[in-house]
Amino acid sequence: MHKPRIASRSRFTGLGAWWVQRASAVTLLLLLLFLLVSIAVHPLNGYRQWQAWVAQPGITLVFLLFFAALLSHLWVGLRDVLLDYAKPAGLRNALLAFVAIGLLGLGVWVLAILIGLHR
Amino acid sequence: MNSADHKPLAARQQPVEKARARRPMFLDLRQIAMPVGALTSIGHRLSGVVLAAAVPAAVYGFALSLQGEAGFARWTVIAGHLAFKVAAVLAVWALAHHLLGGVRHLLSDFNVGSPLRKARKSAWFVNLAGVAVALLTAVAVW
Repeated sequence: MHKPRIASRSRFTGLGAWWVQRASAVTLLLLLLFLLVSIAVHPLNGYRQWQAWVAQPGITLVFLLFFAALLSHLWVGLRDVLLDYAKPAGLRNALLAFVAIGLLGLGVWVLAILIGLHR
Repeated sequence: MNSADHKPLAARQQPVEKARARRPMFLDLRQIAMPVGALTSIGHRLSGVVLAAAVPAAVYGFALSLQGEAGFARWTVIAGHLAFKVAAVLAVWALAHHLLGGVRHLLSDFNVGSPLRKARKSAWFVNLAGVAVALLTAVAVW
């Protein structure tokens, strides 16, 4: 068995990220098309209609899936960018941690918004 | 056939390493003639970063618009500002370029459109369509 030459990189290689990126990309594409077509077919006027539409269980679920795919996609993409350009290991790890915490925070925020619709 | 081929492996590798170290490096981006696919690729990355930067603002807008009548009204005021419209057109360019470039990548995962001629054509299409969608949005917004 060979030891990985660059230990800090070994966590970040592989097929897993590639699959997450591809699966989330396809999910985002399909859900975005669905949401845009839905709004185009049934235009929403004002707060009441907009709120009622998003609060429909099916649409809330679509938004939930959309944001889950979006945040996963953002993680792989931003991670790739940082691994390419943020060379000093300390800076890279700090920025990766910042992105990870930021994305988790956004996830919690989105959950709070969507749960708030159903209270 | 090279006479170095008869030497043991280690002896042959050393000059190659040295030649590699002496190889000139030329990375002046202003002078490198980029093929159209390189612009598509750089644009894909750049638009991805732009979109990532836009996401927190989009989640904020989503939250505000669902907070109640007052929040929704504030959201429509924000959306009416010139700065918001400019940012929105930029975000639409980023989305269009990133989405079309992404579909191009997915197709090439399945070996669709990989021959150079086709790849160049689709790269031109992505670059131009991204700008076209942004221009149409700008026209629609103003």
